[in-house]
Amino acid sequence: MTTLPLVKRPRRRSGRDRQLSAGKGVYVALAVVVALSVFPLYWTLVAASRDNASLSQVPPALLPGSHLFTNLRRAFDQADMQLALVNSLIVAGTVTVCVVLTSTLAGFAFAKLRFPGRGPLLGSVVATMMVPTQLGIIPLYIMMANWLHWANHLQALIVPAAANAFGVFFMRQYLVTAIPDELLDAGRMDGCTTRGLYWHIALPAARPAMAVLGMLTFMASWNDFYWPKVVMTQQNPTVQLSLSELASGYIQDYSLVLTGALVSSLPIIAVFLLMGRHILDGIMQGAMKG
Amino acid sequence: MAVSTGTPPAASRSNVPRGPEPGAAPVRGNRWHRAERRLSPYAYISPFFIVFGVFGLFPLLYTAYVSLTAWRADTDGSQHDFVGLDNYRTLLHDQFFWNALRNTLGIGLLSTVPQLLLALGLAHLLNYRLRGRTFIRMGVLLPNVTSVAAVTIIFVQLFGRDFGLINWFLGLFGVPHTDWQAGTWSSWIGISTIVTWRWTGYNALIYLAAMQAVPFELYEAAAIDGASRWRQFRSITIPVLRPTILFTVITSTIGALQMFGEPLLFSASQTPMAGGSQHQFQTMALYSYDQFWGKFKYGYGAAISWAMFLVIVVIVAVNFLLARRMKGVEAA
Repeated sequence: MTTLPLVKRPRRRSGRDRQLSAGKGVYVALAVVVALSVFPLYWTLVAASRDNASLSQVPPALLPGSHLFTNLRRAFDQADMQLALVNSLIVAGTVTVCVVLTSTLAGFAFAKLRFPGRGPLLGSVVATMMVPTQLGIIPLYIMMANWLHWANHLQALIVPAAANAFGVFFMRQYLVTAIPDELLDAGRMDGCTTRGLYWHIALPAARPAMAVLGMLTFMASWNDFYWPKVVMTQQNPTVQLSLSELASGYIQDYSLVLTGALVSSLPIIAVFLLMGRHILDGIMQGAMKG
Repeated sequence: MAVSTGTPPAASRSNVPRGPEPGAAPVRGNRWHRAERRLSPYAYISPFFIVFGVFGLFPLLYTAYVSLTAWRADTDGSQHDFVGLDNYRTLLHDQFFWNALRNTLGIGLLSTVPQLLLALGLAHLLNYRLRGRTFIRMGVLLPNVTSVAAVTIIFVQLFGRDFGLINWFLGLFGVPHTDWQAGTWSSWIGISTIVTWRWTGYNALIYLAAMQAVPFELYEAAAIDGASRWRQFRSITIPVLRPTILFTVITSTIGALQMFGEPLLFSASQTPMAGGSQHQFQTMALYSYDQFWGKFKYGYGAAISWAMFLVIVVIVAVNFLLARRMKGVEAA
């Protein structure tokens, strides 16, 4: 091991220059797929910028109109979108920080420390990834509503999500190869405590994986629907709940509903556009390592 | 895949290159130091295990107890009303449960199979040398980033009977307007479309990652031997991808069997928990939610949850067995 390559992980040559180069047909097919992937979201923008009359004409409108700000104002008035956005931001932000922290700690221990029971404990982490979350939802609701009295409070969304098996496993897989054992041994020789090793070696090395895990966690938390639907009410909603409330009105107000969909998706899509490359890497590397 | 190879090889691997651990650093081996070293691993993993134990494991076990009671949220003291296996007996004769099971399996098949086949084809395309590949990959992943609620609500408008774009588009080919929510098949197709749209790109990227690990020489050798592209795909790509395919089959099966948000929001009616006017797209998760949240039957809802879990275990086991058989056939 040389001096400082520990932050960079060994990058597999993807053999890019040896792949078959794509013909026209491949590009056309991919263009169709990308268009189909983007179109519903583009159309959401179109609908959110028009009034209802122009949405019900034949042939349908396919270009954005001029009512976006009117619709936004209506959405913020009608559903409590402001509160919902703030709530979702608090929940997703806190959950992300907690998950990254707990996963880095446990992932480091499982990857690099030896202790009795490590194998079975790690096995139990993997096993819990297989158990469907819905199985425990009723008792979890009973706990929140009857015992802790957290129902309809944000901590009901935050605390149960503060650690998860996927994060621990993800971090463990990353740190196994990202930190050379020799470095830790050297640290030990110099009298470093385990906390010192964690702080000075593991955390810096884990930074790229922390960023990926953080983004994946933030998106999952922001997009979560089932558990907020069970434990929260419309008086204290997340963005997804506000959106579902808008959509369940007696009178279908299409442009209003789709404005809600736009508002709820924009923050996530913005994150994705800024950091998408890392998310791609995270998903593909996660697939390879697993 | 994430599951099978995780523990044992890696654990033993990291054991090998380490020196003899105790006594390797005798320099400052005072007692406090040794204790810190011995105990801190447990301190590091404890936050995860505490949260998981309290909010993950305990509710899981407690569900089993709740499912043996006649606990109703609207009846005081009913949580101690132990009824044994009564809830499960009721379940066996509950036509709505069987209906929900049928709907879940139908929608699950309709969404999982096309989704994974499309993903495989898409991954094959993405595996060519491409200009702007990051852009294309991000475009393909974009649907997966959007929330279930937003996606479903957007598609409900696209599937709208009178002014929906999909009916308009089909109308160009002379297909009469469809009320997608009304029929069994049409609603299943509608919901499956939403799931497929949301997950195809994600699975394609997972396949792509596995495809890029295939050595190019294999294809070269096959091409020299005169194997066609299709033959190469079938005889090289697919076998190499088998563990990945099994992984995606299992994760998407588990996802499909728990489907909740899509059918709930797809119904676009005042009674969304019913899953359609004739319950034609009420899934198991929706039915469980309807019973415990809408009708306050905690005990019965918990029994449905356990039945659901059992179905998931059986189907995942069948997947595993099929995969093993396929492997056996090919080896022979």
